[in-house]
Amino acid sequence: MAATLAKEAGSATRAADALDVAARVEHVSKSFTTPAGQQLVLDDITLDVNQGEFVTLLGASGCGKSTLLNLVAGLDRPSAGSIGTDGRPALMFQEHALFPWLTAGRNIELALRLRGLPKAERRPRAEELLELVRLRGAYGKRVHELSGGMRQRVALARALAQDSKLLLMDEPFAALDAITRDVLHDELTRIWRETRVSVLFVTHNVREAVRLAQRVVLLSSRPGRVAREWTVDIEQPRRIEDAAVAELSAEITEELRGEIRRHGQH
Amino acid sequence: MGSTETTASATGEDGRRSAPERDGRRDTHDLAGLEAGLDALDTVQTRRAPLRETLVQKVLPPVTAVLLVLVVWQVLVWAEVTDSYKLPSPGAVWQEVENAWLQGTLVDYIWTSVSRGMFGFLLALLIGTPLGLVVARVRFVRAAIGPVLSGLQSLPSVAWVPPAVIWLGLNDKMMYAVILLGAVPSIANGLVSGVDQVPPLFLRAGRTLGATGLRGTWHIVMPAALPGYLAGLKQGWAFSWRSLMAAEIIAQSPDLGMGLGQLLEAGRTNSSMSQVFLAILLILVVGIAIDLLIFSPLERWVLRSRGLLVK
Repeated sequence: MAATLAKEAGSATRAADALDVAARVEHVSKSFTTPAGQQLVLDDITLDVNQGEFVTLLGASGCGKSTLLNLVAGLDRPSAGSIGTDGRPALMFQEHALFPWLTAGRNIELALRLRGLPKAERRPRAEELLELVRLRGAYGKRVHELSGGMRQRVALARALAQDSKLLLMDEPFAALDAITRDVLHDELTRIWRETRVSVLFVTHNVREAVRLAQRVVLLSSRPGRVAREWTVDIEQPRRIEDAAVAELSAEITEELRGEIRRHGQH
Repeated sequence: MGSTETTASATGEDGRRSAPERDGRRDTHDLAGLEAGLDALDTVQTRRAPLRETLVQKVLPPVTAVLLVLVVWQVLVWAEVTDSYKLPSPGAVWQEVENAWLQGTLVDYIWTSVSRGMFGFLLALLIGTPLGLVVARVRFVRAAIGPVLSGLQSLPSVAWVPPAVIWLGLNDKMMYAVILLGAVPSIANGLVSGVDQVPPLFLRAGRTLGATGLRGTWHIVMPAALPGYLAGLKQGWAFSWRSLMAAEIIAQSPDLGMGLGQLLEAGRTNSSMSQVFLAILLILVVGIAIDLLIFSPLERWVLRSRGLLVK
């Protein structure tokens, strides 16, 4: 709650914000205690997400990308290092995580309510957000009445309802079929460009990473370290089947395979 | 749709939503159409079962079962398997119902017990709900009284009647005490298991939306735990009703009036087996009726609205 208040107060003097980036991760390490002893999951990660930037975090399993996202979201604390974000980030999961006891519209209104928006403004704002994800008629629909793709769009609308400057996405399209995922890539790009929100998007799908991002960060596995970064200079809107996307994807995939191969050698 | 969005956002309140005006390269209307098509293809169609289907599938089986029991009962009476004072015929019990109805006492018997049971249940609800919430959410409290609370469920509430009579005397207070001791643990335990079964994802989602502490409990935990809580309420009612009957059978006093339990005990002292059967039947019918009229519809409504009910 304190974070919300701080953020509300901060929004008036946005230009004077201490943090000139949406998120700053500095020398962050994270280890968990397991029966086998201390296990280092993230090792000395340093990463900035600039205001309005779209960054994808890419890695094989065990690279700790979801752990890193949880740390940035403030759901967990790093073992070492520091993390700063401009206000409380919004988070979107692989599962839609919509509340089944509320309608699509009410899910969004709950987010608005929890960030302190007055009652009279909630309904119109929720309708506006549903329109943004092209679900104008879905206000009164229950979650189970929506398809997988529609649920993720409502979840996106709910995340945007938080009016955060940073949107964290944890493999949000991984459970969707290829056609729906392709359409949602187009939608996410459109919405990102319309809202100018900063996005940190976690995925293990190389093409998805290249299709969406301005910058791709490859993490190595066990422990997770920043292995390499690519700036994606292909003009948006892109298509997943564009030659330029395929070319860069091939290069990144080769690097990713190299990272994975190292683990077979011990 | 797309164009109104852009004009609205150009004058947007905080300037963050000013869209870059290079949307043209890909036809956005094409994307909207594609998406509308996908939505239409993927949307699940649900329908309510027509009345006739409900009658055949839901009403017919229990009616058949009841008729079958009546037939077997009547056959046993005709076959004279035992003395007639031990096994009255269905007709004799029906006669008992008719008499009580004509004398106007039938509704009194039922109302005396149901009003007591319901009031006791509401008290149990008021105590059991916060208790369950505290046990579910506070680790120390759970470790301290959690096991006792589930252990209490297996203690027959009849056991509470003698101490309740000694402490409180032969009055309504004693009845409520017995009901509370029977129903509060059920309701609290139902809520505890409901809270335990809340998917962690909902809690994480709630926390990122800013629902922490009491706001998290109110907006996320309570509604998410509602199905388990309702199951607890249902069981709590069953326990209230059983405890009350135990108390009414044992505690006899003119001040207590004539409830169904007292009717049963009176039948035994009068050696009127048909009256005993009447009382047992009424106790059963009331228990089932309350469940059917209140708890089952409530539970079905909650499950249906969450898509957890297939039919």
